[in-house]
Amino acid sequence: MVRNPRVQPAPALGSVRLHPWNEVTTWPRPILGAASFIEERDPVCFFPVCGPTFTSLKVGVGHRLDAQASGVLVLGVGRGRRLLTDMYNAHLTKDYTVRGLLGKATDDFCEDGRLVEKTTYDHVTREKLDRILALIQGSHQKALVMYSSLDLQTQEAYEMAVRGLIRPTDKSPMLITGIRCLHFAPPEFLLEVQCMHETQKQLRRLVHEIGLELKTTALCSQVRRTRDGFFTLDDALLRTQWDLHSIQDAIQAAAPRVAAELEKSLRPEPGTQQLPGLGRPWDSKGPSSGLGLESCAGH
Amino acid sequence: MALSAQQIPRWFNSIKLISVITAPQLRQCSQRAGKTLLCGFSAQPQMSSDNFFLQWGFKTYRTSSMWSGCQSANSGRQESNSARSTLLPSVNEQSQKTQKTPNFDSELSLEGLDDLPLLSPLQPVSEEEAVQIIAAPPLPPVSFTLRDYVDHSETLQNLVLLGLDLSKIEKQPDAANLLLRLDFEKDIKQILLFLKDLGIEDNQLGTFLTKNYAIFSEDLENLKTRVAYLQSKNFSKADIAQMVRKAPFLLSFSVERLDNRLGFFQKELQLTVKKTRDLVVRLPRLLTGSLEPVKENMKVYHLELGFKLNEIQHMITKIPKMLTANKRKLTETFDYVHNVMSIPHHVIVRFPQIFNTRLFKVKERHLFLTYLGRAQYDPAKPNYISLDKLVSMPDEIFCEEIAKASVRDFEKFLKTL
Repeated sequence: MVRNPRVQPAPALGSVRLHPWNEVTTWPRPILGAASFIEERDPVCFFPVCGPTFTSLKVGVGHRLDAQASGVLVLGVGRGRRLLTDMYNAHLTKDYTVRGLLGKATDDFCEDGRLVEKTTYDHVTREKLDRILALIQGSHQKALVMYSSLDLQTQEAYEMAVRGLIRPTDKSPMLITGIRCLHFAPPEFLLEVQCMHETQKQLRRLVHEIGLELKTTALCSQVRRTRDGFFTLDDALLRTQWDLHSIQDAIQAAAPRVAAELEKSLRPEPGTQQLPGLGRPWDSKGPSSGLGLESCAGH
Repeated sequence: MALSAQQIPRWFNSIKLISVITAPQLRQCSQRAGKTLLCGFSAQPQMSSDNFFLQWGFKTYRTSSMWSGCQSANSGRQESNSARSTLLPSVNEQSQKTQKTPNFDSELSLEGLDDLPLLSPLQPVSEEEAVQIIAAPPLPPVSFTLRDYVDHSETLQNLVLLGLDLSKIEKQPDAANLLLRLDFEKDIKQILLFLKDLGIEDNQLGTFLTKNYAIFSEDLENLKTRVAYLQSKNFSKADIAQMVRKAPFLLSFSVERLDNRLGFFQKELQLTVKKTRDLVVRLPRLLTGSLEPVKENMKVYHLELGFKLNEIQHMITKIPKMLTANKRKLTETFDYVHNVMSIPHHVIVRFPQIFNTRLFKVKERHLFLTYLGRAQYDPAKPNYISLDKLVSMPDEIFCEEIAKASVRDFEKFLKTL
């Protein structure tokens, strides 16, 4: 008969060791029972000895958002991090609201940078601004077609362009698929930009260049991402909602949309060039792993 | 046994407090084991001796088990086992083994030791004996975790039952060694009784000791002197208990150090004795923490933020935590509150809670109120919103009463920031 030294009945323990101690103080009785408890349990799972069970959680981040910008930031938790790369390769557009200020120019295009130049802006009108924005959109559209490596002479490519489904195939500089002015009250103006492969610094530089085109100067006071792919502000979690249950609910709510969208974007389009990497089998992820979002305000 | 004699000095080096385990006893024990083997007794003693020989290389566990196994044969010595050593395995596993008491000679001469033939580990063992061998892994001589020793150390077990978090303590470099070598009966019990007398409850002992396990290495007389000093400064018993609970390292400070610190606060803040006492009782961390941040913060308040001394005194008596706040956060919060929200100094002095809240909270609520047109912080004008209501309330109450809007509106607004 093999005896496991750990499994010991309590009375033996009490009678040998704890008796003298119990006589001295009014130590709570449970210590007798608890002592046997500690003997019977495997010390490997006993919390004050081994520490917390979960010590690390792997979180990955999607498209970057720098410190002065705010808005939707997509995070992947655990096995959902794999979906982040797929989202990156899907080349989906992002929506930004960019607030600009006419009449000043700084070195880093932000409000708190070193002031470089001050100009007047009385000559700027809404029509001039719209004209500039249309020019920008047109030139970026041409770049988009070039980077998507599509032959625009074909019928399929033309239909795709009409529906606005042209996507770049690989790395490319910032591409603006849509830009318009929401609000114009000099010196302030508000733009809505749809773009991909951008950084927020390039968006601020864009505002600066718009100012130059308008023969004045401009800087960017706020960059806010309102949509990242199919994640919008409504899905985003506020700082007060950064707890386990809200995050779990958000992941579960977003999971079917994530799967559908990624499947759609990875499916090879008819008539286009087949590139390696597309058309691979897609396995659906469970609700426990997935993409979550947060909305964070800039500093 | 010559081999076991070699083991003993190494064993002594690793464990300081085991004074009662002497070489002759051990040899006596092994002598008996050898005797039983030779006599060809029942399976049980055979097994225990086999254990001893098979694992002679692992000094602490098996030799000690052999020793206690021998001792348990003499029933009278059972009580002494527990008090002796902390690294010995639990007595139970030996008491459970129904050792048949062979006819030992109580007096064995030491000269006979070298005549006994050594049993080699390669000696064949019968099937039943092999099954009965309890081959638990031996105690490692060094380990990175206390998990290996918890099973065998009464001190550690009792400490865990008290509520000490060993997983935190083993991260400190010397803590684990200290705790293992302490004897529960002698050292720890005295200090625990002392702490209980002081007024610390049983369920609070665990958190206290996790922070300040070094109190076990303090002299009891020193601790009593320090408590007497605090009592002489007119701190009541309940006050002292509260201070010790909140700042576990308080009693590890010498009397001169405590004196210096109390004197520093009285001089620097120029408060009366009673107010200093109240301040220290509310935030005993001031006495145990470093004094440099406090000095720096005083300079910041006076020179950079432009508060007068009586204003600083008033703020500190209300919110003692201001003395240890982060300088950068202080200046950022003050900059926003004074310049952006345009709140003058005398209003800030009345509500020092502003310096205790996160800056983003203040910003969010202020921007929401500005958006609604309700941002009125001048006490003279109507619709005045006091700063403490701005920062100290939870979101729901703030939205309903101050902003007169729903929480959903507030969340939607936050998403536009």
